[in-house]
Amino acid sequence: MKSSQRSKTTLSVVLGIICIIYVLPMVVVVLNSFKLNTYVKTDTFAIPTGEMWAGFSNFTKGMTFGNYPFAASAGYSVLITVVSTALILLFTSMAAWFIARVDDKVSRIVYYLCVFSMVVPFQMVMFTLSKTADTLKLNTPWTIPVVYLGFGAGLAIFMFVGFVKSIPLEIEEAAAIDGAGPVKTFFLVVLPMLKPTLISVGILEIMWVWNDYLLPYLVLDRTKYMTIPIHIQFLKGSYGTVDLGATMALILLSIIPVIVFYLLCQKHIIKGVAAGAVKG
Amino acid sequence: MSKYKHKQGKSNASNLKAQIRQWWWLFLLPVVAAFLIGFVWPFIQGIYLSFCSFKTTSDATLIGFGNYGRALSDPTFVHSFWYSALFAVTSLIFINIPAFAVAYALTQDIKFSNLYRTVFFMPNLIGGIVLGYIWSMIFDGILSHYNTSILLNSTYGFWGLIILICWQQIGYMMIIYIAGLQAIPTDMLEAAEIDGATKAQTLFRVIIPNVMPSITICMFLSITNGFKLFDQNLALTAGQPFIMNPDGTTIKTTEMLALNIFNTFYNSNAASRGTAQAKAVLFFILVAAIGLVQLQFTRKREVQQ
Repeated sequence: MKSSQRSKTTLSVVLGIICIIYVLPMVVVVLNSFKLNTYVKTDTFAIPTGEMWAGFSNFTKGMTFGNYPFAASAGYSVLITVVSTALILLFTSMAAWFIARVDDKVSRIVYYLCVFSMVVPFQMVMFTLSKTADTLKLNTPWTIPVVYLGFGAGLAIFMFVGFVKSIPLEIEEAAAIDGAGPVKTFFLVVLPMLKPTLISVGILEIMWVWNDYLLPYLVLDRTKYMTIPIHIQFLKGSYGTVDLGATMALILLSIIPVIVFYLLCQKHIIKGVAAGAVKG
Repeated sequence: MSKYKHKQGKSNASNLKAQIRQWWWLFLLPVVAAFLIGFVWPFIQGIYLSFCSFKTTSDATLIGFGNYGRALSDPTFVHSFWYSALFAVTSLIFINIPAFAVAYALTQDIKFSNLYRTVFFMPNLIGGIVLGYIWSMIFDGILSHYNTSILLNSTYGFWGLIILICWQQIGYMMIIYIAGLQAIPTDMLEAAEIDGATKAQTLFRVIIPNVMPSITICMFLSITNGFKLFDQNLALTAGQPFIMNPDGTTIKTTEMLALNIFNTFYNSNAASRGTAQAKAVLFFILVAAIGLVQLQFTRKREVQQ
């Protein structure tokens, strides 16, 4: 018994060391965002002391770096992520309820098309989708959520339909007998019951849209709008080689909200991600 | 009485169904409209354009299978296919073995296991572009001491991307394995212990057979993720270093399938867009085929259990 206790402690220590190695890349980002640019390449792993110390100059420089304000990219990223996720949650949960309850030919076709869309890689539709979005003026941060709703509907519908089918019909029938119409039944009775799936789908969509690079890169009018991933890639292509320190400062700024979000709702995130593993 | 109740329930259900159906324009139409714009129409048009010669979607003329011929005889496409396949298989091994080992260790009731789980999963939340940039700085920080760079050596490029993808995805697969390991009934493990099974015997005879469904999911996820990888590939090496063939074609040595398709679409030569769309259709068929094999696998297992 004692030896098993000791081996458990050893295991814990070994894992602890691996964990420290695991966070090192993040530590390197933090170190270099406070380091003067000339030292980032030569002394990547050094602690920025003395002459290497850049203070917050990398951050102030990074904000206006590349002739495009980083604050604008961050703002558009937030706008697109919030609106797209809200649209997807509202409309796909409504459609999923319709599909699961009405269950006629049309809803079955829609459902199977949605399942099918989950195995289609983005490259298959990227050229035609960006042209269609352009024609329909879906190329702004205010309208691109429609594209996200369309391309992202598959997984969300799939997850919601699965959950709605597990809800006993009696509850909705009782509401119908009490005189509630379908709209009232859905919003007051069904939607509250969908809460766990709403959280899982919401997490998956937030992570997808926030980190997505190629779709907004192709769909948005890039002369006017950027998101954080587009901004970072743009800097890497041009200014990033010029000023690595400032770019690292921007990377740090873009990671911090993600980490905070993760630490705040870790349980839900891990559950949501595991639920989405079906996508493949 | 029970018969009456049953009938009533049925009529209520069909009543509800009819009522909901009247609201189709509110419940179903918004998603269907967006789905037509964002998926169905681009998909159909994509299939059609793969048989056309075009520079933009409005000047297409049907040419038959020519694009597919050009795609399959394009050495850069063939190279990117084999490169992606090699990458997918290598990453499968290097992601799943550590992920399973960590998941196994974390379910041994050790101290700080929640903290460790949090740390291992964290890189998964960072986007591919940012990840690529972080690691290119780290690799070049090391390689610059040897007067080289990740952009100059394709072997470094390959293993660099493997390290990056392991850092990102080990935590993700770990979560799936932990769920599988926790679902093993404890009395089964106790029975093995009472029967005097060693730790290794319990692992290979009891634990691994019981988490086979998780292993299948993770293996297929790694393979499809490997084939579909784009952001990380673009941000870390973008295909560099390039090799010039004697016949004038340039092979981008670390270019994967998705990036090859992207580059064929958006290079300076707009005439290659038909070929690019044909490549995209072939890519779709490949990914869908892997998905079908996966479905077959999981179905078979369900029957067995």
